[in-house]
Amino acid sequence: MIDKIVASPEAALADVPDGATVMIGGFGNAGMPATLIDALIARGARNLTIVNNNAGNADAGLAALIKAKRVRRILCSFPRQADSWHFDGLYRAGEIALELVPQGTLAERIRAAGAGIGAFYTPTAYGTRLAEGKETRRIDGRDYVLEYPIHADYALIKADRADRWGNLCYRKSARNFGPIMASAARCTVAQVREIAELGSLDPEAVVTPGIFVKRVVKH
Amino acid sequence: MKKLDKNQMAARVARDIPEGSYVNLGIGLPTLVGDHLPKGREIILHSENGILGVGPKPAAGAEDEDLINAGKEPVTLLAGGAYFHHADSFAMIRGRHLDFAILGAFQVSVAGDLANWHTGAPDAIPAVGGAMDLAVGAKKVLVMMEHLTKKGESKIVESCTYPLTGARCVDRIYTALAVIDVKPDGLHVVETVEGLSFEELQRLTGVPLKRLLTAA
Repeated sequence: MIDKIVASPEAALADVPDGATVMIGGFGNAGMPATLIDALIARGARNLTIVNNNAGNADAGLAALIKAKRVRRILCSFPRQADSWHFDGLYRAGEIALELVPQGTLAERIRAAGAGIGAFYTPTAYGTRLAEGKETRRIDGRDYVLEYPIHADYALIKADRADRWGNLCYRKSARNFGPIMASAARCTVAQVREIAELGSLDPEAVVTPGIFVKRVVKH
Repeated sequence: MKKLDKNQMAARVARDIPEGSYVNLGIGLPTLVGDHLPKGREIILHSENGILGVGPKPAAGAEDEDLINAGKEPVTLLAGGAYFHHADSFAMIRGRHLDFAILGAFQVSVAGDLANWHTGAPDAIPAVGGAMDLAVGAKKVLVMMEHLTKKGESKIVESCTYPLTGARCVDRIYTALAVIDVKPDGLHVVETVEGLSFEELQRLTGVPLKRLLTAA
């Protein structure tokens, strides 16, 4: 019997090693898997590379992971915010590396990893400093920048409902990066509000099929 | 002259958005445009974080942490609205499906280059969000900004001194003083605010402007 449901968030992340690349879902606090991030902090893994749209808000969730100095490098589109003080401090002190990626390029690099694409050309950032040093090509009269996929060891995401096969339904704009991150990581762990009986999720409403999900934790 | 305030600027931009348009409003000043869309016109607002059909702010107490806009403010969903993931959201942007992106700016050049993400200060922490995708992806890029900096310098420049968001991407500029089209042969003044002559606007702007017949 397939059963991806794990008893606790700590158990779901017990094998995360130092130096892992971890995608964390969410846009600000919408869709941020706070329970899993707390478990990652408790796990104690260091020198992490984190992929998220932001670099933490206020003191909880990703901000707490950054504050605990577990993050060596972060890939994101929008680190600087009014309440990103933990990131700001460590970045200015040179203790955390930043790879700034335009938001759509970030999403597509994640999608590409999950879809087995080796690289892609995007018009975004052509002619800007974020494309400096990158390969470019003119296709049908338009200029493009070559971008590579972002693979991860783990993806921690938040969904609304799941079944024991790992099928996921999301809620409103909390979906954001969840489905693409789920496809791009070797081990995707989903934090969900509710576990549904197998067969009770509307197959038409399943956004992330269970093939992309390894572990499910109810919170 | 009667310089426009923020809400008057937003109303001026909103007037030009036709029925049936799909529109992304940038963070800050452009977000105000949503409050001024003419009643009775169906216009569908897109938010980078996976929403089409963004509605107005919820009533106090009715906020939902799972329903926010790109500025991370609580919003509502209109009847007919939809949710989708980030790669689809940026496919809409990059794939030329949005009719308009309305963006704020530090500077716009005569050629339509846009600078709105980085002041260039060496100690600044950079953040770009979806600005570069919107700049290259929307069918029309409208910029909404003050005409002059706080020091009185023109924000419309020969070439941008701030780092670029996108090259040759701006179609029209709405400022507190004028509406200006960016065309291959230069900047065309579409209108100026009441009491501002073309000559005075030209003097304030510094870079060469062309006068349309309809302009003051």
